[in-house]
This record gives sequence, C-alpha cells and structure tokens, in this order.
Amino acid sequence: MNTHIQVNNLNAWYGKQPALKEINIEIPKNQITVIMGPSGCGKTTLLKTFNRFLELNDGAKITGEVLVNGQDIYQPDVDVTEVRKRIGLLAQRPYPLPMSIYDNVAYGMNIHRMKKDRLGYKASVKHYLELAGLWDEVQKRLHEPATGLSIGQQQRLCLARGLAVEPEVILGDEPTSALDPISSQHIEKKLLELKSQYTTVIVTHTLRQAKRLADHVIFMYMGEVVEAGPARNVFTNPQQERTRQYLEGLF
Amino acid sequence: MKMNRFHRRHITESIAKGAMLLSFLIMAGSLGLILWTVLYKGLPALTWEMISQTPKGGFYLGKEGGILNAIIGSLYLASGGTLIALALSLPMALYLETYLGKSSWGRWVRLSLDVLWGIPSIVYGAFGFTLMLALGMRASLLGGIIVLALLELPIMVRAMDEVIRRMPVDLEHAALALGSTKLEVATRIVLRQMLPGIVTAVLLAFGRGIGDAASVLFTAGYTDNIPGSLLRPAASLPLAVFFQLGTPFPEVQARAYASALILTIIVLAISLGSRWLAAKAGKFTLK
Repeated sequence: MNTHIQVNNLNAWYGKQPALKEINIEIPKNQITVIMGPSGCGKTTLLKTFNRFLELNDGAKITGEVLVNGQDIYQPDVDVTEVRKRIGLLAQRPYPLPMSIYDNVAYGMNIHRMKKDRLGYKASVKHYLELAGLWDEVQKRLHEPATGLSIGQQQRLCLARGLAVEPEVILGDEPTSALDPISSQHIEKKLLELKSQYTTVIVTHTLRQAKRLADHVIFMYMGEVVEAGPARNVFTNPQQERTRQYLEGLF
Repeated sequence: MKMNRFHRRHITESIAKGAMLLSFLIMAGSLGLILWTVLYKGLPALTWEMISQTPKGGFYLGKEGGILNAIIGSLYLASGGTLIALALSLPMALYLETYLGKSSWGRWVRLSLDVLWGIPSIVYGAFGFTLMLALGMRASLLGGIIVLALLELPIMVRAMDEVIRRMPVDLEHAALALGSTKLEVATRIVLRQMLPGIVTAVLLAFGRGIGDAASVLFTAGYTDNIPGSLLRPAASLPLAVFFQLGTPFPEVQARAYASALILTIIVLAISLGSRWLAAKAGKFTLK
C-alpha cells in the first residue's frame, strides 16, 4: 500500500473532553477512504485534523503527528495556508463565495497566484467546471451570482472551486448529506471518477454510501479507531465485535 | 372540532395585533406630521435664492440672501467626518471580528464603543473645543470634521460589527479551506458579503453627523461665507435652523423651516441612493 497520509499517536480534546484517543492509521494514495461510525464517534474531528481545521475551534488541543507525504503538518514552520491548499475540503453544505460562478472557481487560483494571465484563468475555470461536471449547466451564466444555482449545483461548484487550487487530497465531510438523491449520485460519481488522481477521504454516516464508495475503511467508536483496512475485508469479514455489530445495524 | 372565533387565544392575538398596529400608526403619524410641518412652513420660503446665495447684509432681519453657506458647510462637514470615520472604523470592525472575536479584549472594546455611542454630542463638542484651544486652533471646518468623525466612529464601528457578526462562519471556513489567509477572508469574503450592511452603517453615521448641531457649534463655528479652506470656520444646516428660528421675525423663521426642509431632502436623497447602492452590492451575497 502506498501511504499518503500517516497518523501517529494522535490525540485531540475539546477543552477537557477527549475527542480522539491514540489514533494510528494510514490513508492510501489515490483511493477512497471512508471514515464511518455512529454520531459523536469523532469521525469529523479526525477529518478536520487533516487540513488543520480543528484549530479553528476555540479550546481544541491536538498532540501527535499527521504526516502528509512524510511531512508533519503540525510542525511550527509549516504554512497552514499551504496545507489547506494541498488538502481540499468539501463541506457538508455548499457555501458559495459571495461572487459570480466564474469568480468562485477563480478565487483560489487567484489568492495563490497560480496563473499568469486572464486566458490562463479562463481556461482553468472551464477545465475545473468540466471536471466537476457543471460546465454544461453554467457556461452561459458564468458571471451570474453563484447563489442562483440549485444546492446540488452549488456542491459541484464547491468541488470545482476546491479542485482549482490543485490539491493532492480531497476531504469530504458528509458531502452529500444536504443534497437530494440525484445530486448525491452526481457527487458520488464524480468522487469515483476523480480517485485515480486524488487521494480521497470521506466521512459518512450512511453505511450504504460507505459500501458504494470505499476502497479502504476506518471504523471509529467513542473517539477511537476500532478497525481499519481494505473495504472488502472490513465489510465481509470484520475482525472486531463492535464493527460487526455496527455493520449489522445494531447501533 | 371547536370553531370558536372568540376563543381566548384568538382574542389575545387580536389585542396584540391591535397594539402593534397602534404603535406603527403613532410612528408613521409622527413622521407624517414632521414632514407636513416642515413642508407647510418651509415650502413658501424655499426659493431659488435660498439655495443659491449666501446671506447678504440684513439676511437675519428678513432681507435678501440664502443659506448656500450652510448647505455647502454641512456637506463638507458631514462628508469629511464620514470619510474619516469610515477609514478608521472599517479596519477596526474587521479587526474586532477577525482577530479579537469574543475574547475579553473584544468585549472591552465593544463596551467602550457603546459608552462612546451614548455620550451626548454637546460633550463631544465641548471636548473638541478644549482640545482645539490646547492646540491653539480656532473654530474651523477641520475642527468640525474631526469632532464629527469622533461622533460617528462608534456608531459606524458598532453597526458594522453587528453586520459582520451575522456573517455565516461556514462561509469563512469555505474560504479558509481553500488556503486563504485571515486577511484575505476579511477583505475578499467578509467585506463583500457585508457590503450592503456596511453601506447602511455609513448612512446611519452620515445621518447623525449631518443632523448634529451641538458638536459643531464650538468646533466649526458659523460663518456667512462658504469655507475656502479647512482652517476657516464653516456654517451648517442645523445651526442655520437654530439661529433663524431664534429671531423674532416671521420671514426669518419661515426660512428656518425651509432650511430644515433642505436638510431633510439631503438626508432622504442619500438614504434612497444608498438603498439603491446596497441592493446593487447585495446581488452576489449569500442570503
């Protein structure tokens, strides 16, 4: 297995409340890893440690290492904006930036000064909208407010916007939970298409989505990783009692 | 199923509705009465001469001339004060939200701004006057502008602060997730999302500034000339109303109402203009 993200002895607290306990996992490169578990088990917290979003919570404390390509992103000399550029996030609900559809996609390339001229931006905006499967629907209204799109289109816009800064990793925090079934399918299909180019980590609470997407599974319970491994093994032959109970829908 | 329209809950609702309607009518009635008084008493005296000339000899006895000095003076004073207040309060409001947040420092800053908001404008005037005496300055346009800026500052910062605090935190996170710095989030996202609210905050402060008499009384003084430099005294509309209304001559009192009418029209025009601007600025914002 080619490891992209490696987590060593990771602990996290909200105030005095422990949220993650001694996490040691590996996220394989260019595969979809699904983190699953009951509500409050710490799966979103774990995801947020990968792009250093946990520190946005007041009172959150983290110890341990998160190595991306072997480099610890919690070292003091690491530029947090660079971490977040390399590790993109697709949030639970889409929040388009208060600007046009075009500018939403161009925004990230713009702040990181990734293109030399207008033509460069134009071509990239088109490329990433196509990659997110939105180009055909918006090509005639690129300069209209992004808020005019449907929620499913907005989520694909957020995907395009995130891909435009050329990340290596896509994190998805229940990225389809606010969407209707058809829009959810769209997003799932895109994630499956994109996995050959991007390492993807998805948090979900729906077991069926986990089964549809996962190459690799991490099962969490009460802030701990109970079981992790290739999806086929975990789903068909869980080693832990807790995992088996969860898969059978006992809690 | 009971179908009683006179059930207690329905009666309570009718009473509450009646009370709300009554308070609205009192408010709308007062506004109407103010406008009617100003129009009824001021319109006959509102001539082209009033708005195109400065006072000539004997103006305050009812002879010819106009209040162009006060119109220009007021616009200079309020615009200058608002511009300075805006230049200071925008970074202050962004700093409050982005870096201080709900910290104890942030609470102190907000408390002091609220106290400043509550200080009567005559106190600002007296403070400004003392300061100018100490600096050896005379009553001048500059002095008036500075005191108005101080008067408007807490209003503007707190109004903007409230607007910025209504910013959805997830939107900030969306921008942070793309690798934005906090400054980029503040200037490119928060500012854009909050622009309509900021326009409203600026208008609120401008309205307070242009309508205030007490703070400019000592600091800007009064003159029959249009100020030619920042260091010369400047007239203002509220003081023009005050001085003219204080004379025993009915013609001059009518001109006081005409001056009040002009002040009202300026505030109304700016209010409508900024509403239009806010709607334009709000085209892209998240609702």
